[in-house]
Amino acid sequence: MFEQGDFPYELWVSRWAILQGLGTTVLVSALAIVLGTILGTFVGLVLVYGRWVSRFLVRIYVDFVRGTPVFVLVLASFYLLSQIGIQLTAFQAGLLALVIFCSTHVGENLRGALLSLPRGQTEAAKAIGLTFPQIFAYVLAPQALRQALPAWVNTATEMVKASTLLSVIGVLELLLVTKQIISRNFMSLEFYFLAGLIYFLIDYAIERAGKAVERRVALPS
Amino acid sequence: MLDCLVAAFAMNSKHAYWRRIAACYVTAIRNTPLLVLILFSYFVLPRFGIRIGKIESFVLTLSIYAGAYLTEVFRGALLALPGGLREAGLAIGLTEWQTKVWIIIPIMLRNAFPALGNNFISLFKDTSLAAAIAVPELTFYARQINVNTFRVIETWLVASLMYVAACYIIAAGLRLLERRLAIPH
Repeated sequence: MFEQGDFPYELWVSRWAILQGLGTTVLVSALAIVLGTILGTFVGLVLVYGRWVSRFLVRIYVDFVRGTPVFVLVLASFYLLSQIGIQLTAFQAGLLALVIFCSTHVGENLRGALLSLPRGQTEAAKAIGLTFPQIFAYVLAPQALRQALPAWVNTATEMVKASTLLSVIGVLELLLVTKQIISRNFMSLEFYFLAGLIYFLIDYAIERAGKAVERRVALPS
Repeated sequence: MLDCLVAAFAMNSKHAYWRRIAACYVTAIRNTPLLVLILFSYFVLPRFGIRIGKIESFVLTLSIYAGAYLTEVFRGALLALPGGLREAGLAIGLTEWQTKVWIIIPIMLRNAFPALGNNFISLFKDTSLAAAIAVPELTFYARQINVNTFRVIETWLVASLMYVAACYIIAAGLRLLERRLAIPH
């Protein structure tokens, strides 16, 4: 049972590699989500409140990135940036692609949420004498964030899944580690299944946590 | 890709058993990266004696993946229909199946159209992942040209512009179709 060539043995031998890969996956996804959300908030705000020149430019950026597959973004940022003199490691280039991808999605979500608020909200807030920053902070943002939360959680799980694409440019994350283990012992069924299961658990946990937060912040009805 | 329609009905069926199976399928597939699924079916299926080419294996994987997403779309569209529709269908003497085919599905498809279009565009972009198992498609060739000629900027710019243009065309076509199919009022 526990000899070379058996699954438990092979798993035990490669435990540190897998954990390391998992760590990289989690790190990349977490960084991409956090940085992408920060950048995406600006994108969303510009899309709604920007002057027309900045709005137009950001619109082009968002449409271009959303129309391109993440895989192409990852490859392009890996090959392109070194060409124009920006030396990044594979990890940084991949992370940059994921952050750009994440920012457009968060931006679009935020724009949708802000536009879905009825105009009466802004008008009512103006009528009681709030300034624009106050209106935004106390009236619009709390409602828009509630609206945007489910889509944001969805984007977060997307990012974890998109982090697998970094394996192609040689970032040693969970999938690439799995591939290496398989090329050593040829146990493709077991180890691909294991990788799939780990990704499933991460995403399922995010989804559950998102649902829990959603329930907590829901308006009492 | 018809599996998603079946699964969508299963999600709403009266039998908890079917609902459970459909929910498992959707949750499991939606939360697993597509690349893992692609590699899994490409490398693991031959071990069970199922020998299919890489294009077939990719198409199979993508339709299973798409099925899970479309199931959610159809489920949402089905839930949005008022229960009176089914009752009205039964009242004019249609059987359960006739009601589903002639009344529920046409109306549901119209409701589902915008979300369906979004999913089709994502699917189109997901085909780029076929490059990972060396299916000769746009991304694969772009990478090859990139490596062969070192015309890095041109290659990736053209490749992504082609994707963007194709996505725009798909979106425009779907919008046209949606307008054609809309109920006139």
